[in-house]
Amino acid sequence: MKKISKIQPELFEFSFENLKKAEIEINKYPKEKKASAVLALLYLVQEQNNNWIPLAGIKYVAKLLNVPYIKVYEVVTFYSMFNLSPVGKYFVQVCTTTPCMIRGAKKLTDICKKYISKNQNELSENKICSWIEVECLGACVNAPMMQINQDYFEDLDESKTVEIIEKLLKDEFPTPGSATGRKNNSPEKGKTTLIEVKNA
Amino acid sequence: MLKDEDRIFKNLYNDLGWEIDLAIKRGDWSQTKDIISKGKDFIIKEIKDSELRGRGGAGFPTGLKLSFAPKEVGSRPHYLVINADESEPGTCKDRDILRFEPQKLIEGCLITSYAISAHTCYIYIRGEYFREGQRLQKAIDEAYEKNFLGKNACGSGWDLDIYLHYGAGAYICGEETALLESLEGNKGLPRLKPPFPALVGLYGCPTIVNNVETVAVIPTILKKGAKWFSSLGKPKNTGTKIFCISGNVNNPCNVEEEMGIPLKDLIEKHAGGVVGGWNNLQAVIPGGSSMPLLPKNLCDTITMDFDSLIKVKSGLGTAGVIVINKDQDIIKCMARIARFYKHESCGQCTPCREGCGWMWRILERMANGDATYKEIDLLQDVTKQIEGHTICAFGEGSAWPVQGLIRHFRKEIEKRSHEEPLVKKKTNIPYLIDQHLLEKDSA
Repeated sequence: MKKISKIQPELFEFSFENLKKAEIEINKYPKEKKASAVLALLYLVQEQNNNWIPLAGIKYVAKLLNVPYIKVYEVVTFYSMFNLSPVGKYFVQVCTTTPCMIRGAKKLTDICKKYISKNQNELSENKICSWIEVECLGACVNAPMMQINQDYFEDLDESKTVEIIEKLLKDEFPTPGSATGRKNNSPEKGKTTLIEVKNA
Repeated sequence: MLKDEDRIFKNLYNDLGWEIDLAIKRGDWSQTKDIISKGKDFIIKEIKDSELRGRGGAGFPTGLKLSFAPKEVGSRPHYLVINADESEPGTCKDRDILRFEPQKLIEGCLITSYAISAHTCYIYIRGEYFREGQRLQKAIDEAYEKNFLGKNACGSGWDLDIYLHYGAGAYICGEETALLESLEGNKGLPRLKPPFPALVGLYGCPTIVNNVETVAVIPTILKKGAKWFSSLGKPKNTGTKIFCISGNVNNPCNVEEEMGIPLKDLIEKHAGGVVGGWNNLQAVIPGGSSMPLLPKNLCDTITMDFDSLIKVKSGLGTAGVIVINKDQDIIKCMARIARFYKHESCGQCTPCREGCGWMWRILERMANGDATYKEIDLLQDVTKQIEGHTICAFGEGSAWPVQGLIRHFRKEIEKRSHEEPLVKKKTNIPYLIDQHLLEKDSA
């Protein structure tokens, strides 16, 4: 369930750089189809406003694209990646769908509960971290995994997750990627294919 | 087993580097101009002869799909849209193509765009794949620098622009018409078909929507010839495919293999076997969460291709193989999948919006042992009420896994269920209230 924050800034405006970026996004689409850029612009709003979208931002985007406010509002509430209330500086998303679940995603959520906050969407004690359970993030071969801000942390186990979360709480960003050090999606104990390929 | 030289995605694990210079060394962009100079009919015929079937889940013949685009460009421009909104649980093949073989995709975009007379191509990538999108954008920029894209792309005389469009975390946007709606800046609600996108698609213009893997294999097919591609695999199920093996296996991995490879080979040879040995296998979901599961006795002999899996009432789907061993609670696993569908239903059609929630709640009760025998048939009935009564295939996708569970694991469910109690407990649930208020943590 999306909850709209009770505390809202009164005004929102793109910074100069973001306005430029927005223009590039709008130019990707035919002239009379500016509305296509709505998702891209909302991402920019979210980026500029500490990872959440205020109502003023929705109004601003609607004005910029010349579409009714309600059309942007319904888009914001439909897509799950837009946050309508503040989240932590480090936003931890734990994948809990079946492939991750059977490889122990519950341990990850338990750790989040213990270290970050008891409930989802709540800020940690030092106000810089929050976590949420999400649906499949599309890295099932590297299960269990979680996404922190834009980066994937894969092949996790309990101790590694604790390490990552503790780092976050100290306001440090851990190195993303596989925790076991395996190469991308190749089998962990040695490749079975593509053994002798070279760039010709 | 497939020979390494027959594999299309040589850089699947990024041993060779993704940058354009290295990709060119691997043979990307090598005969692109010659292929395009042979004409549209040649390209479409060659793809038809190769019997390539769409890799996005439905397995629709790609050559046929491309031929649906109008031959002449009328007043409306044509569009090519690449579906990189990979969200099916168990599937992560497109991610590797976007990260490590972006040039194959971009080259495929050029050839396909030419074949359907499109000058603009949009790649719709899921929002969570932010890093993959950055990588792809870099690859597109590199291709522009080498004049492989833009005006007179690759010296072929064809103009093509490729734009990246991020989704924002909606599974339904993988459905082609929902994807187009999302691309137009609306909520991702699937459209009623017909008219099909090939005639009325993006902005009302003729549009071909194809999966990443489908488009990425097209250049190799045209370079090596349709005969080479159709000699691999089985008749009507030709070529190679990236399989994603996840779940209770020793070495989960992505691997490109021939179509029609026995499932047992796939798991034992490439993924290091089931955790606890083959006899510890309980079930396998062969093609992403939308496909019904297969119990162990079927897994012993089944081959992984579209038609043989349909024969056992399942499907190849996206070839995301989820292995579940006997340590797992199969009902719990399926209840989680049902929760996924409940969460991702777009809410446009009532049977799906309401039914997915019912299925999840009944399955959750079954997993906890609170269900009655009667509810098993009720659940079956609910799935039948959803299947076929919705605008898009999400209805089938959510109902089939549950049907598969009942078909193969009815005894397991019955073991945990009980007769209806003679004296019913009074539950005080007011009628017609928001369902999410009933759920404990409003998931």
